[in-house]
Amino acid sequence: MVNCMRDVIIIGAGVVGASVARALSAYQADVLVLEKECEMCMGTSKANSALVHAGFDAKPGSRKAEFNVSGSRMMEQLCRELDVPYSRDGALVLAFSEEEKGVLQELYDRGVKNGVNEMEILDAEAVKSLEPHVSDRVAGALYAGSAALVCPFLLTTALCENAYVNGVEFAFEEEVTGIEKMTDASGKVAGYQIQTPKASYQARCVINCAGVYADTLHNMVSSRKYHITPVRGEYCLLDRSEGGLVQHTLFRVPSAKGKGVLVTRTVHGNILLGPTAEPGNDKESTATTAKGLERVLAETKDMVNDIDVGKVITSFAGLRAHEDGGDFVIGVAEDAPCFYDALGIESPGLSAAPAIGCFLAELVSGENGFAKKPSEDFHPYRKGIPAFARMSNEERNDVIRSNPAYGNIICRCEEITEGEILEAIRRPLGARTLDGIKRRVRAGMGRCQSGFCMPKLTEILARELGQELTDITKSGEGSRILEKESRRKSDDSI
Amino acid sequence: MIAYDLVIVGGGPAGLAAAVSAKENGVDSILILERENRLGGILNQCIHNGFGLHTFQEELTGTEYAYRYIQKVKELGIDYKVSAFVTDINVQKQITAAVRGEGLLEVQANAIILAMGCRERSRGALNIAGTRPAGIFSAGTAQYFVNVLGIMPGKEVVILGSGDIGLIMARRMTLEGAHVKCVAEILPKSGGLQRNIVQCLEDYDIPLRLSHTVIEIHGEKRLTGVTLAAVDEKLKSIPGTEEYIPCDTLLLSVGLIPENELTRQLPVTMLPETKGPKVDAGMQTDLPGVFACGNVVRVYDLVDNVSAAAVVAGRSAAEYLRE
Repeated sequence: MVNCMRDVIIIGAGVVGASVARALSAYQADVLVLEKECEMCMGTSKANSALVHAGFDAKPGSRKAEFNVSGSRMMEQLCRELDVPYSRDGALVLAFSEEEKGVLQELYDRGVKNGVNEMEILDAEAVKSLEPHVSDRVAGALYAGSAALVCPFLLTTALCENAYVNGVEFAFEEEVTGIEKMTDASGKVAGYQIQTPKASYQARCVINCAGVYADTLHNMVSSRKYHITPVRGEYCLLDRSEGGLVQHTLFRVPSAKGKGVLVTRTVHGNILLGPTAEPGNDKESTATTAKGLERVLAETKDMVNDIDVGKVITSFAGLRAHEDGGDFVIGVAEDAPCFYDALGIESPGLSAAPAIGCFLAELVSGENGFAKKPSEDFHPYRKGIPAFARMSNEERNDVIRSNPAYGNIICRCEEITEGEILEAIRRPLGARTLDGIKRRVRAGMGRCQSGFCMPKLTEILARELGQELTDITKSGEGSRILEKESRRKSDDSI
Repeated sequence: MIAYDLVIVGGGPAGLAAAVSAKENGVDSILILERENRLGGILNQCIHNGFGLHTFQEELTGTEYAYRYIQKVKELGIDYKVSAFVTDINVQKQITAAVRGEGLLEVQANAIILAMGCRERSRGALNIAGTRPAGIFSAGTAQYFVNVLGIMPGKEVVILGSGDIGLIMARRMTLEGAHVKCVAEILPKSGGLQRNIVQCLEDYDIPLRLSHTVIEIHGEKRLTGVTLAAVDEKLKSIPGTEEYIPCDTLLLSVGLIPENELTRQLPVTMLPETKGPKVDAGMQTDLPGVFACGNVVRVYDLVDNVSAAAVVAGRSAAEYLRE
């Protein structure tokens, strides 16, 4: 099947693709997002530190520095428009020796060059008064007030939802296997033909937001070759009962060995420990390792006292797309007109995503003559799914009376109601899998890790999608929860 | 706000037995709040027998055992509400519950019995390395799928942990046509009842691999196998003993944790060794008028012993209310 020619095809529905799609939805262009997985936010965007970095880390003058600082400035407003939780907790880079204290000044100076505000170097006493659980060996810290927490799942979902409402189309389970230039009679590039196992698509412009696979896609059309190494980062997540352990995101002074691990609250009140950084070859391998998890726990316990290993509720790993050049590659490909890259988007990619989205939307629209939509045709606001757990008793009463499904608590640990779950499924681009529900409303994200709610979620999803219980998957094709051929005893056989 | 002399949080075996006991000891105004849509708690999915030998001097299934108490509660005219999830509890003994179809229910109690039971430890709590595919279930979740929904979670099964639920599920999965390859237990001895080892494993030739544990999980989308390894006295895996076992299902029966999230809203002393509240001989916590019984206090082997403790809690609550 060949589809009609579109103005723009975005490849990838991670936070970068979603940011570009949402920004482009303010323009008069016919936009399609192709995503290889069954839902958005299933690659790098789903497993990272969930932080908005202040921007003192990146080399001054780099794309990373530029987009980190501008993205971080846009994030709060964006989260407000999309009704996504954002919390400006601030960060501390901890130094544990006089030598490391010296590095704090370097970081501070770099931050100033990058345009980071609200920084201050603190002595050990000040650090201990801010963070009593930090190891007594602490010698000082760099404080950065503009560092924040955000939920990457909700942000990516909200960006996609809002883009969709503003006219962007999405096609899931469409893995791009080939891209070819199409030329006109004079030999000029007139667009691209994009192949997936199911269909063939054509577009005047392509925006490559394919995460760890962005090099493969870029190299299909350009002679300037890029190479991405997937760098695995392992994390442990602690129960919300531990949420008071730290008030800021705690980093260590970077060493020759790399950025090191961090200890942070999440926007939902858990504590996140990690990541490791293991370069590899396998772009699908998000397995954790015994060694990696041990390292995460050992190194974070070295920074912060009272980390209770018994409170780990899950561990996971994510892959960062590290390009050999070490910087983000953002813009039009050299020898492939109208083919735009957002490539090598590793940390601080989440922080930078809003800025990358706006930059590429402006660039693509400018070069291809897409005009801005009249303001009445672009709706920047989106309402989140009301969270029962965060409501006052009065609000709870009202919501249960107006929607009885809100009185049915499905996930005990996070107090997630059937009302929220139904909305997660019924919204545009709604949840199709148990992981999709979990990422949208946190059912199954708590301390029992869906032990109690998995059967109920499976039932609700099957009912809503009009499928059999045995068709329901955890994360798309190949991940069925139940045995397809198992016999279901009908009532009359008892 | 409505008022009851005694509010019991949880309508499983502990809550039901406590309610009956309190009523029989003279408390008239009792309300049971149950979060599921029926009374009985976890017994509703326990269709195997072995329950009631002490309490009723006969062998019952879990559902029969629960039925007897539910009938008693109904005969005695004890009030209960199902689909009522308690969200808040405070030191003034005010309880707030979200009730399906009704809204929030606020109850003022003179005494409270906490009977929320326990939950299973998850894979996450064990921090097992590897992938995160579908096909990993706590044994109780699998039991719900098989016994209540009538659907099998998989065909080729490894069970980690030889707690009683794991042993029971080894037999249950086998009877339903699955192939249980082994039950791995990290300790040198099973924590399950001897009768379950004999009746659920030995009778079906299911190997019990003592001093072994799962050290890695394989499969991107659905489980494809686990790596099993022997462990030393410190429970550390011994290099060179790794063994790959292909399977599509891993059941975890690796311990139960009392569910005390509500208890922690109260100024009640918790014991780290049991992960439950400290109670006296009458099952009263150190907050007067707040009692606790069953698996919320500590994890019991037998439901009969839960009922016995609940009888004490019900009686003590009645005495407290008389004073």
